[in-house]
Amino acid sequence: MSAKAVSCTIKSPVALQIGDAVSDSSRPGVYITDITLAEPVNIQEISFKNYYSAYLTVRLQRNYCLMSNPHAEAGSHDYFSIYRHQMLTEPDNVTTVRLILRQPSSEWLNFSIEEINIYPCAKEDSERDVPAWISTLTPVEEPLDLNGLPDPETVSSSIQQMWALTEIMQASQTAASIGRFDMSRSYDVKLLSYT
Amino acid sequence: MMDESAELAVSITQIVQRLKGTHLHSQLEKQAKECLHKPEIKLDTLKDDVRRLLKASGITCLLLPPGHPRAPPEHTKEPLEYMRKAQVNWEKRILKSLNSMCTELGIPLAWKRPVPEQKELANKWNEMGTDEPDLSKFRPVYAPKDFLEVLVGLRNPNNERSEDLTVRSHWGLIQVSLNVRDIPQMREMYPELGLTYGQLGIDDHTHVPPDLFESEHIHIGKKVVSEQDSAAAQQYSRQGCPTGLRAQLWSLILNTTNDPEDITHYEQLKARVINHDLLVDNLIYKDVKLTASNDDYYFVFEDYLYQVLLCFSRDTAVLEHFSYNSATPPKSCIQNKSGSEQCAMVYPPNGVIPFHGFSMYVAPLCFLYNEPSKLYRVFREMYIRYLFRLHSISSHPSGIVSLCLQFERLLQTHLPQLFYHLREIGAQPLRIAFKWIVRAFSGYLSTDQLLLLWDRILGYDSLEIVAVLAAAVFAFRAENLMEVTSLASAEAVLADLSTLKVMPLLQIFLFATSV
Repeated sequence: MSAKAVSCTIKSPVALQIGDAVSDSSRPGVYITDITLAEPVNIQEISFKNYYSAYLTVRLQRNYCLMSNPHAEAGSHDYFSIYRHQMLTEPDNVTTVRLILRQPSSEWLNFSIEEINIYPCAKEDSERDVPAWISTLTPVEEPLDLNGLPDPETVSSSIQQMWALTEIMQASQTAASIGRFDMSRSYDVKLLSYT
Repeated sequence: MMDESAELAVSITQIVQRLKGTHLHSQLEKQAKECLHKPEIKLDTLKDDVRRLLKASGITCLLLPPGHPRAPPEHTKEPLEYMRKAQVNWEKRILKSLNSMCTELGIPLAWKRPVPEQKELANKWNEMGTDEPDLSKFRPVYAPKDFLEVLVGLRNPNNERSEDLTVRSHWGLIQVSLNVRDIPQMREMYPELGLTYGQLGIDDHTHVPPDLFESEHIHIGKKVVSEQDSAAAQQYSRQGCPTGLRAQLWSLILNTTNDPEDITHYEQLKARVINHDLLVDNLIYKDVKLTASNDDYYFVFEDYLYQVLLCFSRDTAVLEHFSYNSATPPKSCIQNKSGSEQCAMVYPPNGVIPFHGFSMYVAPLCFLYNEPSKLYRVFREMYIRYLFRLHSISSHPSGIVSLCLQFERLLQTHLPQLFYHLREIGAQPLRIAFKWIVRAFSGYLSTDQLLLLWDRILGYDSLEIVAVLAAAVFAFRAENLMEVTSLASAEAVLADLSTLKVMPLLQIFLFATSV
């Protein structure tokens, strides 16, 4: 999923409230956010980070639940994605997406969603889905004539694990030195750092 | 639904990542390669055939990266920002305390042992308990009650906090709104603890004829062990493990082996202990002397505790668990004397600074395993799966914050009169129960009862049962507690839990409380 996000303008959320927004002391329970896209797009995915919103309605999708218990913390800061197949209609040629957020619980002072990204449909990627070793197979060889040597199959299976371990070591090499806990008198471990 | 197969794909990717480099992975690859040499398979069209097959079966997203692609790593450690901040501040306090102890005593954090000392330690390895070093200058870095104060002070900045005490408000000390289960939900989660299921801890009592439950249960246990079935062992453990099979069953559930590799790893750790001395070693000595050595049940295991804990401090494999632990390992900057080279290192090597009572996490396991390398492996696995959650601040359902909140909620919902009374006399229940929860009751229950409790922790893969037991203990002693008039007398009523039977208490609390 390395597709790039489509650029979009996200308007600031508008609260839906009964009465005068300025003088009323109760907090809103519904926010509406409009996202305008630069050009019509077939949407593959909308992703965002939650901040205490409990329910989300996308104009293409109804009441997607973000927090299973609106009074409790679970899901309050999580990352979510809404995919194409979850939407009620095909999100093609979309110019504006309207997100309606609801938070019925009075526990929280504010709620919103952040880091909203919209991803367009990608082409079928056919080059990377087959593991490398399938490409490097060789046909079976004729059985060898062994002269008291161990069977190559058993030898290879026992070294195979070691080989796999070396592969992992090579793959995860960092530039930092191994930092073995090897201290001679010439080193001083004095204090722990706070960063 | 594509949702399920997407989740399946993520799980498969995670499993594949974990399997890399293991013996099983190389065996699977070998098997796959052998299959491909069969005459039915054409090598030239292989790639396209595999692709077609994957598409047809619907598993097209097999290469999804694990976790949500956009979540940063600290989100996996702990999603709630204010809890991350609280954990960071708490860690800073611990480091300050350790640093000031270092400077006061003028001892470096680590140094190489001189050769004669190394020889002496190697000879005395099996009887380190006979040593009487001067530990008077050392003090524990923190005690559970310090940690409790931090948890009590946790506040969510986005939380509506009205000052009036209403019916809806929480009477306890923990003021965060985490999702915790109540009794009806727990009845669904823990059906095997119900009144219609046999339990070890209840139905193996001398009055009960063994044919009713015990013999059959032991027979099934033996089968599970002989089949080496880890999932079955976990399910089995929910009704308790027979004493004779417990060691093998726990080892199965935790997937620990005692291969030559494990023994070599332990010997390497032992060599590191002999070569270098760490300041935390003194903290460990002090802790063992103060807690386990004074305990009637555990003092005989003093030597084992040193052998496990000193090695544990040096085991860098433990660092892996910090990817899902909200805590971060402390670092030290080491510099050579000329000041020309510097590098940052984790200290202690395993990143875990022991606190007062830490050795009690190991002590119960000494009853099960007498081979140090096996004991060590099981302890390490228990620590990185469960025990670390008891002393780091996180929103995880098995984390200490959730457990404390659950304890208080259960008490407030089902024993409101008791809770109110204790509040009024200045004896907040959590102040008494916290030390039980932080140690998962180790050192407070008698050992056979403790092991029955830990059977269920492993069986249900969750520490929730610890919070439930704490509430059940209060329910059991409710009558006496209603009569007390001070915190000291409340603590006296609950000082001795060694006669309690854990399973009947849990069963009554979960299944016989009216809701």
